Amino acid sequence: MTNFTELTISQLTEGYRKKEFKAVEVTEAYLKRIEEVDSKVKAYLEVCPEIAIFLAKEADKSIEKNEISYLTGIPAGIKDVLCTKGIKTTCASKILENFIPPYDATVIEKLYKEKTVILGKLNMDEFAMGSSTENSAFITTKNPWDLERIPGGSSGGSSASVASRTCAFSLGSDTGGSIRQPASHCGVVGLKPTYGRVSRYGLIAFASSLDQIGPLTKDVRDCAVVMNVIAGQDNRDSTSSTNDVPDFTKFLEEGLDGITVGIPEEYFVSGMDRDVEDGIRKGIEILKEAGAKTVDISLPHSKYAIPTYYIIAPCEASSNLSRFDGVKYGVRAEDYHNLLQMYKETRSKGFGEEVKRRIMLGTYSLSAGYYDAYYKKASQVRTLIKNDFNEAFKKCDIIAAPVAPTPAFKIGEKSNDPIQMYLSDVFTISVNMAGIPALSLPVALSGNGLPIGFQIMANHFQEGKILKSAYNLEKNLQLSLKIPNL
Amino acid sequence: MKISKAEVEKVANLSRLYFDEKEIESFTNKFNDILLFIEQLNELDTAEVSPTFHAIDTCNVFREDIAIQSDAIQDIVKIAPEVENQAFVVPKII
Repeated sequence: MTNFTELTISQLTEGYRKKEFKAVEVTEAYLKRIEEVDSKVKAYLEVCPEIAIFLAKEADKSIEKNEISYLTGIPAGIKDVLCTKGIKTTCASKILENFIPPYDATVIEKLYKEKTVILGKLNMDEFAMGSSTENSAFITTKNPWDLERIPGGSSGGSSASVASRTCAFSLGSDTGGSIRQPASHCGVVGLKPTYGRVSRYGLIAFASSLDQIGPLTKDVRDCAVVMNVIAGQDNRDSTSSTNDVPDFTKFLEEGLDGITVGIPEEYFVSGMDRDVEDGIRKGIEILKEAGAKTVDISLPHSKYAIPTYYIIAPCEASSNLSRFDGVKYGVRAEDYHNLLQMYKETRSKGFGEEVKRRIMLGTYSLSAGYYDAYYKKASQVRTLIKNDFNEAFKKCDIIAAPVAPTPAFKIGEKSNDPIQMYLSDVFTISVNMAGIPALSLPVALSGNGLPIGFQIMANHFQEGKILKSAYNLEKNLQLSLKIPNL
Repeated sequence: MKISKAEVEKVANLSRLYFDEKEIESFTNKFNDILLFIEQLNELDTAEVSPTFHAIDTCNVFREDIAIQSDAIQDIVKIAPEVENQAFVVPKII
């Protein structure tokens, strides 16, 4: 009997075309898998079996009529930062514990139009602020490769669910690495598209100039397939791009002749984790064997990316999160005597420590007397970081880099030291500053059997170059990514 | 120290947050560590650099102003903590 939960999106679609199995059977297999393993992995905040079966039946009606699109009948998990009408959307925060959105995010509407099966909502760091998913107000998600380790964050539920085969693909969001770093730690493919490629309407905002929604999938082809559905301009997000959306799968079979891979010296520093370095070097060799050329490049302002980010992102967050005040939706505190106290009680009880820290950092950086020294300064350094990429892409088509400095760390290892936690995003943050696309692909396993991700970046709207490079790398790697029995 | 406990309390007020006596000490220490960490940006001379507020250059995205029917009011007030006659209720401010 077919093990449905091991099949990729492409294989499921092929099966639906040939009428080999039904979407309801596949969905039931996933629901059973969730029941069996998610009590250990804890990727899901909410599972919606009745909705999933209903959607699967709808998908089967379409399949019956041979109306099969990219994601028809494909079971998906959704990061709980995306609004789903009628399904609780908490952002893993107590302040939204009871929030049932009255509307769907644009990407969710697009999934429904495809007759995708939504299985439930996935855990994350509260308001997407974190690198380990330990900042969830509700549960701690485990890395399916080693249950004592973090799955990465903030889209840790999204990566752990794909890795533990409790959904066929998931959606996440990436503000400073929140798709790529968890994808790397869990051994799945994760793409942060170009800023503006995917509508952010219905994505609960963290840092609006950096946030972007993207897919986490079992392989590169699936990643291209999901992009075909979620990309595109949307009147409800004025920052969404009017650029043409290509068929992302058409790039995959293209060879790598004529592709130049930039190797940034700042990303290969002495003392870096041996397994990570070996993995990335191996990936670069394989790209060369597949026809690509390499060139040394420099991104000289890389070391300033983290301090820049920890001004810009909190500034935007302090503004975005001012809407959570206990008036229009979400939880309101019970004990108060006046309006100001109601706001303070609601917010102080509703937000977790890291969220409060970032609101405070942002408020401080934007406050009178500090604006120039912090927010303006950081925005100027952002220009320098962006210019580094502009220069680099004159010499190369893609940039190869690590995703994270080490494989997944232990739960609790960094949770009491914010700066150590922030430093785990050192290789992913610059990409968001510049708004360029980047992908993480599993390239190796560490000595103790943990996945290591290979990062591929490209210039704005060049996802095609990333996808064909990743596809060639994946094909030639032949990496066996079987997670231990759960 | 970059910032004192009293200043943290002031920023907390602006942020519409409060910290109790137990939390404020540890919060202030960690907050200071981060501010010191951020200081390294001062190594860079940015006097001649224009700031980037958005990664992609777009501004003034216009569309036709077309009225559309919305029946969302019921759905919206339904999820508010306290509502009366389709209005959000808050504590009296005057």
